[in-house]
Amino acid sequence: MLVIDMAAELENVKILSTELARKFRPWIVISVDFFEPQYELKRSVFQDMNLDNQERWISQQSGVSDQFPVVSIRVLVVDDDRTCLMILDKMLRICHYKVTKCQQAEVALSMLRENKGGFDIVISDIHMPNMDGFELLKHIGLEMDLPVILMSVDEGQALKSVTHGACDYLTKPIRIESIKKIWQHVVRKRRNELKDLKKLGSVEDGDLHRKPSEVEYASLANEGNSRHSKKRKDEEDEGEERNDTSTLKKPRVVWSAELHQQFVTAVNRLGLDKAVPKKILEFMNVPGLTRENVASHLQKYRLYIRRPSGVSQNQSGLSTPFMDPQEANYGVMASLGRLDLQATYVQGQVLPRSLMTPQAGGFGRLTTNSGIGMPFTDQRNLFSSQILKLRSGEEQQLRNSSNQMNLLQGLPTNMEPKQLSHLHQSVQSFRSLGLQVSHGASDLPSSSMSLRTSSSAHVDSIYENQSSSLRMQMAQSRLKGQILNGITGDHASGLPSVNPVLGKNGTIINGATYIPISQDSEMINFPMAHVLEFPRNGFPLEGTQEVSTLTSTGVFQAGENSEMKGWRGFAPNYDILNEFCQGKPQELELQNVGLTVEMFQNSNSEQGNLDFLPSVLGHQGFTSSEKNGQNKNTSDVCKAVVSLMEGNEHMNAENITQCYNHLLVDNSFRVKDECLPDRSGKTVILAEHFGGDDLMSALFKQVSFSSLPWLQFFLPKLYLWIMIFGG
Amino acid sequence: MESNHLQRQIAYTRKSLFDQGFLDEQFIQLEDLEDDANPNFVEEVVTLFYRDSTRLILNIEQALEKSPLDFTKLDNYMHQFKGSSSSIGARKVKIECTQFREYCKAGNAEGCTRTFQQVKKEHAALRKKLEAYFQLVRQAGPAETASHSK
Repeated sequence: MLVIDMAAELENVKILSTELARKFRPWIVISVDFFEPQYELKRSVFQDMNLDNQERWISQQSGVSDQFPVVSIRVLVVDDDRTCLMILDKMLRICHYKVTKCQQAEVALSMLRENKGGFDIVISDIHMPNMDGFELLKHIGLEMDLPVILMSVDEGQALKSVTHGACDYLTKPIRIESIKKIWQHVVRKRRNELKDLKKLGSVEDGDLHRKPSEVEYASLANEGNSRHSKKRKDEEDEGEERNDTSTLKKPRVVWSAELHQQFVTAVNRLGLDKAVPKKILEFMNVPGLTRENVASHLQKYRLYIRRPSGVSQNQSGLSTPFMDPQEANYGVMASLGRLDLQATYVQGQVLPRSLMTPQAGGFGRLTTNSGIGMPFTDQRNLFSSQILKLRSGEEQQLRNSSNQMNLLQGLPTNMEPKQLSHLHQSVQSFRSLGLQVSHGASDLPSSSMSLRTSSSAHVDSIYENQSSSLRMQMAQSRLKGQILNGITGDHASGLPSVNPVLGKNGTIINGATYIPISQDSEMINFPMAHVLEFPRNGFPLEGTQEVSTLTSTGVFQAGENSEMKGWRGFAPNYDILNEFCQGKPQELELQNVGLTVEMFQNSNSEQGNLDFLPSVLGHQGFTSSEKNGQNKNTSDVCKAVVSLMEGNEHMNAENITQCYNHLLVDNSFRVKDECLPDRSGKTVILAEHFGGDDLMSALFKQVSFSSLPWLQFFLPKLYLWIMIFGG
Repeated sequence: MESNHLQRQIAYTRKSLFDQGFLDEQFIQLEDLEDDANPNFVEEVVTLFYRDSTRLILNIEQALEKSPLDFTKLDNYMHQFKGSSSSIGARKVKIECTQFREYCKAGNAEGCTRTFQQVKKEHAALRKKLEAYFQLVRQAGPAETASHSK
């Protein structure tokens, strides 16, 4: 039953989504609660609906009319441009918001101060004389903690806005669709605040299993808005929350400058890491201040100081995803190495917090977080949890926009193609790996159906911004807003595949699987039997996948076809492909993370020197369409691969490219990963297509499996080595 | 007859504004905001725009006369100008603004001056056209304005 599935998934997703939402204030609103379906809808059907229909369906589910829901949200609009102000004012009024206009940030601040609790959300332009939007945002965040939406003519400010704490970013000219959805920010914030108050006491957040209660929403929309009445209620939670929130609306504590100063003093005295709300409260000794107030303020404060412009220990290089990838990698590695080793081997447990803690802010970090050499399964878990949140929220909105994938996937892929032989690249590759994870965490199936973004317009705008500023090179036509493992699409604009790490004995682990289809004849292209197209933005994975042993067995299997030399090496492997391609009807299992492992292998036989063995373990995101035709699809692909392999003893790049292009059919395939562990000892070699990297192509001259057996033994150690090295 | 003719004229004028690229989709957004409470909303917005933007143009002109040019300041002005032009859907004006900002970023004084002339030209041209258009609309009377095709 789809519904049942989703319920369970939703729970997990919600937990993490709110965690994410809270920590990173993403511009994606993951308002899961709002959009729980009240009746079944086949996922595939839902996915096929266009965005408008989805919205409509969802709002219907939530008890809202098809029209814009009526809420009594009070908005403060700040913009020095009178024309924009007038237009916004009108738009907001039409959407039934209560509007106050203001042309200067200082005036706005004083309005907010005088009228505490008088506004629910602030929309502000960024470029203003005197105080600009960012400064206003900062003040509001510290003093009143209202959701703030920033806007500008510039498209590139989205990331900066969000990392500074804005809950959304709009590009001018503003469309009314964006305006319609700003209420979501208000509600989300309220909900998160309530949740925050629950999780007090410790520095790290505790229990995440809170659901927003009816109470909170009643305060928000008293005018008979039935939207929340149909929210799924957990009685236990409700009871608890009612106890805590005896008044409908919590009186806001205004953090005046003095109060904040006392707070900061207390925090500094205690040490940021040790600053617990309780101690801070004692230290401050302010009557009437509760631990809850302190806790939530502390959280904001921590976020604030962890901003790129703020103090940041090892993230100086990570402030944007656009920075020098080497630095980023290094920083990521340094910071993550410690984390990863702890976090990685926890299968079935998503530890987003532990991963994310040292890194606040933007997407770039989030993705890099998961990037470093973790076992693939764990990576997947981790990635999927994080990325899931990010992605799932976006999925529905960003389905057909080629920009979507770019945002997350493009982030780590700003690397120059020519960075090889460098461990940092391996980090990069793992980063990109992370992005490629199909969200199949065993405990976090990516049922993104009910995840919504705050506003498609917002998100679109942001993502468009992002993509314009990022050097997106993802092949995009097929990407549908999900992280696809492995090769993405069939356009030549793919990203250079990430550079392999050269192990001591020449084993390369290449995590990147952004395989562009370049026509570079020097490339050694391996047909990739994983077409990453999601015909629908399906929920690729669900349930528990046991991709457990991929790491050591499936992934690093260099195969046992010891006669393989050059491309001949592929030939023997096709039977493997065939087997698993054809044999497994089960689907929907999470596939391993799209990690391409290239074995850079010593060929003992003819070559006698180190050659690179690009054996790609094809756990690249095969995602099958729901339950049908996968076999067919898979076997189609496999056959193509097979024929490719068979037919080309010495393939050159062009051949492969062509074959590869043929492979890119519209369907995505899902290969059950169980297939892979079965193949222990055998290499599943799926061709990988490297694009844009001359140097790398030079490296991958030969494919040789002659020394496979030892490699099989060696690889896990190498992997460990890389992780350690990376750490 | 008369009103039909007028209406057709209005529709034609409006359509040509779009076809010739003077206006873009944002203008339609504005039109959609018109309701009984604000039956002349679009005209009001446009009037406001021209009031503010004229002042801004003067500022830019003055800044352009200084030497050496303060590109940051110019960019700021133009940023604002671009914001309001795009808000009313002034497509050609916006395009010229973008070009101007490119030159500012490149520090190209001559390019800036040249493009600014274009900005002014487009700005004035659109103004004339819109004035004519709104005159027609006003002539048609309030009952008619709501009926223009969208």
